[in-house]
Amino acid sequence: MTEYFIQQPPQISLQDIVVSYKAPTERFATFKEYAIRVVQGKIRQAEFLAVNHVNLDIYRGEVFGIIGQNGAGKSTLLKVVARVLPPTEGRVVIHGWIAPLLELGAGFHPELTGRENIFLNGAILGFSRKEIEGYFQEVVDFSELGEFIEAPIRTYSSGMLGRLGFAAATVQRPDILLVDEVLSVGDEAFQEKCFKRIDSFRGQGTTILMVTHAMGQVQEMCQRAAWLDHGNLMFVGKPEDVISAYRASFDWHEK
Amino acid sequence: MIANRHTQVYDSTKRPAPAIEEIRQVFRYRYLIGQLLRRDILTRYKRSALGVAWTMINPLGTMLILAVVFSQVFKMEGYASFILTGLMAWNFFAQASNAAIINLVWGGGLIKRIYIPRTSFAIAAVGTGLVNLALALIPLIVVVVINGLKITWAIVFLPVPILLLAMFTLGVGLFLSSFAVYFPDVAEMYQIVLTAWMYLTPIIYPVDRLPELAQKIIPFVNPMYWLVELFRMPIYAGKIPPWSMIWPISLLCIVVLVFGWWFFCRRADEMAYRI
Repeated sequence: MTEYFIQQPPQISLQDIVVSYKAPTERFATFKEYAIRVVQGKIRQAEFLAVNHVNLDIYRGEVFGIIGQNGAGKSTLLKVVARVLPPTEGRVVIHGWIAPLLELGAGFHPELTGRENIFLNGAILGFSRKEIEGYFQEVVDFSELGEFIEAPIRTYSSGMLGRLGFAAATVQRPDILLVDEVLSVGDEAFQEKCFKRIDSFRGQGTTILMVTHAMGQVQEMCQRAAWLDHGNLMFVGKPEDVISAYRASFDWHEK
Repeated sequence: MIANRHTQVYDSTKRPAPAIEEIRQVFRYRYLIGQLLRRDILTRYKRSALGVAWTMINPLGTMLILAVVFSQVFKMEGYASFILTGLMAWNFFAQASNAAIINLVWGGGLIKRIYIPRTSFAIAAVGTGLVNLALALIPLIVVVVINGLKITWAIVFLPVPILLLAMFTLGVGLFLSSFAVYFPDVAEMYQIVLTAWMYLTPIIYPVDRLPELAQKIIPFVNPMYWLVELFRMPIYAGKIPPWSMIWPISLLCIVVLVFGWWFFCRRADEMAYRI
């Protein structure tokens, strides 16, 4: 356990992160519209700051929640961490292997069987065939799909799909797990199982970064939380404090 | 633990040039590309009784119709083989470049959530096309034999035009899909362009039947003219194309691939914002 006592660099380090979209002020549904405007020279580009100079360090083994209203930049920040989106300014440094908990159905194909989808999904997560073969049975067991694993997943119920999705995404413990509003899978018993698995990840040192609207979940699971508002980091601290600050801003607006 | 194998440090300020980095990542994710390819082939025919056999039946059927309709117009020896060779090269290009677009749109939901090399979709599309093309070579040989044409050693030259076709298709597919991801209209427009493009390529007609002016212009503006000819010559004429015919188009295919790759990679980061 000595490694815990060694001063460690943060596992996720966001240094002065800016993400700005250069978006046209109007949305163009068709290429024709767009082309016409380009020719006319009438495209007005507005700089939209999705994330505004955010500094945040998250340490190994932390469960960290990000809250805020829709459009506050939470998901954008998660994309930056998932290295899907490079920041416009600033620097992200991440140590370790990141796995996002994929939304249901992302990375699955309806015509393929459960078995084939486990391999497709594993490949998307960056595993090799040997590795997937190694953990395959575990996914089948955890998802409780039994012989349905050989049926095309278009025949699955949404509960079965959710179970398969969660089982496939979490079969190997990542160093960092990203959770974006997807912890509501299947029935209560299965949800319990999901939380247990996530809890055991945490016990083994996985850092969990979650974005959610469910304040209960943040309070229950997170050690620290942050509140984002219009791309600005408003408050970082204990979940209770962050939630009450967030709620206070609400009340203030309403009055 | 397996997870440790993937352990690495990501620093957003130390990213190498996107186009170069992409090549490394494609190699690292080669199993994913294999899976995407497998998925394309499996799902396409999954619910049909004849399955993959359709890959061979499809061009044969089209060829049969074209041969019946046009054989009176273009009276030439082995007309069926002539059409089929042209059609196979064309279908490969048209279907794979289209699939590159469709695959990326399908993958749109994925690439904004998880990192995967974004060229994977186009590469898998071209890979699927290559598998289909290889399968269709079997009925092609049969047709050539029935036609009474001689199969010569020139046939070993075939991998060269196939490779060039693949490079050209990948370049075009990447270039187009980097637009189509934002504008679905591009995919629709491309269908129309393809139809026109097909008739400007000597698939049904031999090029010497064209008016003199067209005979001069088409080779200049249409790379597919050369690619179809390179593919056709070893089978239909039983000859290896002359070097003077090979090198200019090879150069062009390299340029198209490099440009398409560079262009796509430059825009790939942006895709996560927009999709």
